[in-house]
Amino acid sequence: MGFLEELRALFPPGRLLTKEAELAPYESDALTAYRKRPLAVVLPERKEEVVEAVRLCYRHGVPFVARGSGTSLSGGSLPVEGGLVLALNRMNRILRLDPKARIAVVEPGVVNLEVSRRAAPFGLYYAPDPSSQPISTLGGNVAFNSGGAHCLKYGMTANHVLALEVVTPKGEVVHLGGPSLEGVGPDLHGFFVGTEGLLGVALEITLRLLPKPEAYHTLLAAYGSLEAAGNAVSQVIQSGLLPGAMEIMDRLSIEAAEAAVKAGYPQVEALLIVELEGPKEEVEEEAKLLAQVIGESGATEVRIAQSEAERQAIWKGRKAAFSAVGRLSPDYLVQDGVVPRSRLGEALREIGRLSQAYGLRVANVFHAGDGNLHPLVLYDGKKLGELERAEELAGEILKLCVRLGGSLTGEHGIGVEKKGYMPEMFAPEDLLAMERVKEALDPKGLANRGKVLPGYGQSPHQGGLKTDLGELYA
Amino acid sequence: MQHRIPVETLGQEGEVMAHAIEACVHCGFCLPTCPTYLVLGEEMDSPRGRIFLMKEVLEGNLPLEETLPYLDRCLACQACVTACPSGVPYGELIATFRLHTEGKRHRYPLEKVYRQALLRLLPYPERFRPLAQLGSRLKPLLQPLPLPKALKAPIALLPDHLPKEDPYQEVYPAKGVTKARVGLLLGCAQRVLRPAINRATIRVLQENGVEVVAVREQVCCGALNLHAGDKEGAKALARQNLKAFRNVDYVVTNAAGCGSGMKEYPLLFLGEPEEEEARALAAKVKDLTVILEEVGFTPPPPPKPPLRVAYHDACHLAHAQGVREAPRSILKAAGLEVLEPKEWEICCGSAGTYNLFQPEIAEVLGRRKAENLRATEPHLVVSGNIGCLTQIQAYLERGIPILHTAELLEMLYLGQDPREKGATLAS
Repeated sequence: MGFLEELRALFPPGRLLTKEAELAPYESDALTAYRKRPLAVVLPERKEEVVEAVRLCYRHGVPFVARGSGTSLSGGSLPVEGGLVLALNRMNRILRLDPKARIAVVEPGVVNLEVSRRAAPFGLYYAPDPSSQPISTLGGNVAFNSGGAHCLKYGMTANHVLALEVVTPKGEVVHLGGPSLEGVGPDLHGFFVGTEGLLGVALEITLRLLPKPEAYHTLLAAYGSLEAAGNAVSQVIQSGLLPGAMEIMDRLSIEAAEAAVKAGYPQVEALLIVELEGPKEEVEEEAKLLAQVIGESGATEVRIAQSEAERQAIWKGRKAAFSAVGRLSPDYLVQDGVVPRSRLGEALREIGRLSQAYGLRVANVFHAGDGNLHPLVLYDGKKLGELERAEELAGEILKLCVRLGGSLTGEHGIGVEKKGYMPEMFAPEDLLAMERVKEALDPKGLANRGKVLPGYGQSPHQGGLKTDLGELYA
Repeated sequence: MQHRIPVETLGQEGEVMAHAIEACVHCGFCLPTCPTYLVLGEEMDSPRGRIFLMKEVLEGNLPLEETLPYLDRCLACQACVTACPSGVPYGELIATFRLHTEGKRHRYPLEKVYRQALLRLLPYPERFRPLAQLGSRLKPLLQPLPLPKALKAPIALLPDHLPKEDPYQEVYPAKGVTKARVGLLLGCAQRVLRPAINRATIRVLQENGVEVVAVREQVCCGALNLHAGDKEGAKALARQNLKAFRNVDYVVTNAAGCGSGMKEYPLLFLGEPEEEEARALAAKVKDLTVILEEVGFTPPPPPKPPLRVAYHDACHLAHAQGVREAPRSILKAAGLEVLEPKEWEICCGSAGTYNLFQPEIAEVLGRRKAENLRATEPHLVVSGNIGCLTQIQAYLERGIPILHTAELLEMLYLGQDPREKGATLAS
């Protein structure tokens, strides 16, 4: 039997999509500059169906891409031409929520925020909060080790995943980690988190839940320059405070966010959001110190959220900022490089200079506390050569981040977008080691083919692992 | 999002559509608020998926017919517009796309007859009333019959007894000092199915110092036609209303869909001589609760004993017109405890004639909405749209009446107990 025939035997008509109109909307994720039409999309409803589909792909040598809500900003869930897409949105059950053990076992299609919603009656929540948290699924969060504003204090997705059930590209089902914080043996589940779908598909995810902070103190400070806001961040950290989140937005992103959600932001050059959270008394004490530090940091205006509604408004604007930039420009590329916190000011100045040199606007909105920049390069794809120029500028920013001692990506992943820059950060030997791991688990190169590894997918032997780098350094 | 839509050959409609498609960045913030995505969980039935499909059709990459199952399932509730950070005017896009493609699509003869029947009956009270009377009388006989869903759905939505509608006076004077002079849009199906809503609206306005003119020359707002892709029908009705409401300060609407329909008049007359006047009229259109807030609300005596009401946001008020605060603050000022159901942004499945054309999805949404409202444990439910009232009532137990905001306020002004009165209305 052919691949599609066997697939038909596995999935009823409504859950196997093969018509053009059914496939077109799956062509891209949130990075629309890249588009590929898959051979078929399946909508599994149980993990057994995912396993069967992966085994089928292995038997027939068909590449596959698992996706949730398709919110990747690096093209991480871009389909492979002629490949299969596993759309896991219908696998959205929270299988177990144990408030005593403070864990939740979820299917990969569960939306991030849903876990906190369900945990709320028990005074618990799931800490990693990517801006896409009302939409993005935990399968994707695991694949990309998603971060968010509050990861400054609590760490990324990897710090909150206790165990995984995974189907490998060969179709084996394995269990990694366990429900306890003190596991046995190597941290294999930690290893799987952030591998961007190259090593298989998560079927069940065991998450750690945290008690909700008793109190919040959310401060909004305005500055005359981005650099001044960046310096304030260093001063806060130097004072010994560890806020839940520290975020900066520049004039362009303030303007966009304001237009989108009317957050009530002052229209200034730079805004710094600092949020303290924890036990009430501790927060009150910390707030005094914070007021002092910010007072001395040259802020032109300081506001404190007086109610939960005001706090939500501040965050809503920040979290809508990326998409809101769509109001300022028909197209944009979001970068996600990281620099050491101490070199934030320098990085921002250099980005400003690059923006001028390339004649393209760059909006900045970023996780300042952990040095995770999010420059948005605005361009108009209708203008000849502008996409290429934007990509070049984005590349320069990435190289800058690596040069300053940072990294290519903080949380959005390498995907297809940044794989060409991997050699900027990793030595050929490092890359080769990654490829060998991939080959060991995925000898046919089926899982999320063409992502992350730079030589990968460009090989003349489709499906083989002889990559350019591999050949060079073997 | 990039596109290659031949805007030059599509005229002003093309510009409206291309502008909306350009604004979409495919981020997916629309997904969790889309009712069909919630029910079906597939990309084609999501706002950004539909935007992609419309783009492909306009570019000539996909045949229209292949995309229609998904585009037709869109309720046009515009929850995605509220959720969209990049400001995609999705409502304008889908409405324009439907107008643009109606003539190009294939419809089965029976489907054509059904649609035409609805479009020629519902907007005209003098035609719809006798039929609705007949239908509600025959309802007990018809309901057990194994009729096709297309017929079963509208029959189920008819009330058991059709109330009588008394003729309207030309002018209803304000009580006390006249603070404003408004024209009331009397509507079409609503005045036949539940004439009490217009009566209540008039009384509430009078109580608040507003003079109400029941302008004679007015007709149905045409939203039904507009959303069904019948541009000419919609334009004919809109033209008549442009004339009819020329001499009033404001046009008050008490059905969410009519208010947003009139606000869409400029879309109907893009680049035509009427465009300017259509914009002027659209700016004068206000929901009952908005005008009450603007003139300064005079609250009725508070209910005794206290009353818990769950407020249901009609999509065409909350999403299409951005009216969420006014009804809540009016109800609170009237001394009511206002309860907030979860998933306020999700459509109840009524969506104009959606529950007639897509009864299966409408039913899932109706049940879900009723469940969320019931969970707030209200004495009664209020909303500002007749379509929602009929749809939700069908899934809410009889014990919980559902009233129009105007009806509830009128009862309070008259010193009636909304619980008792509502129960008789709902039965």
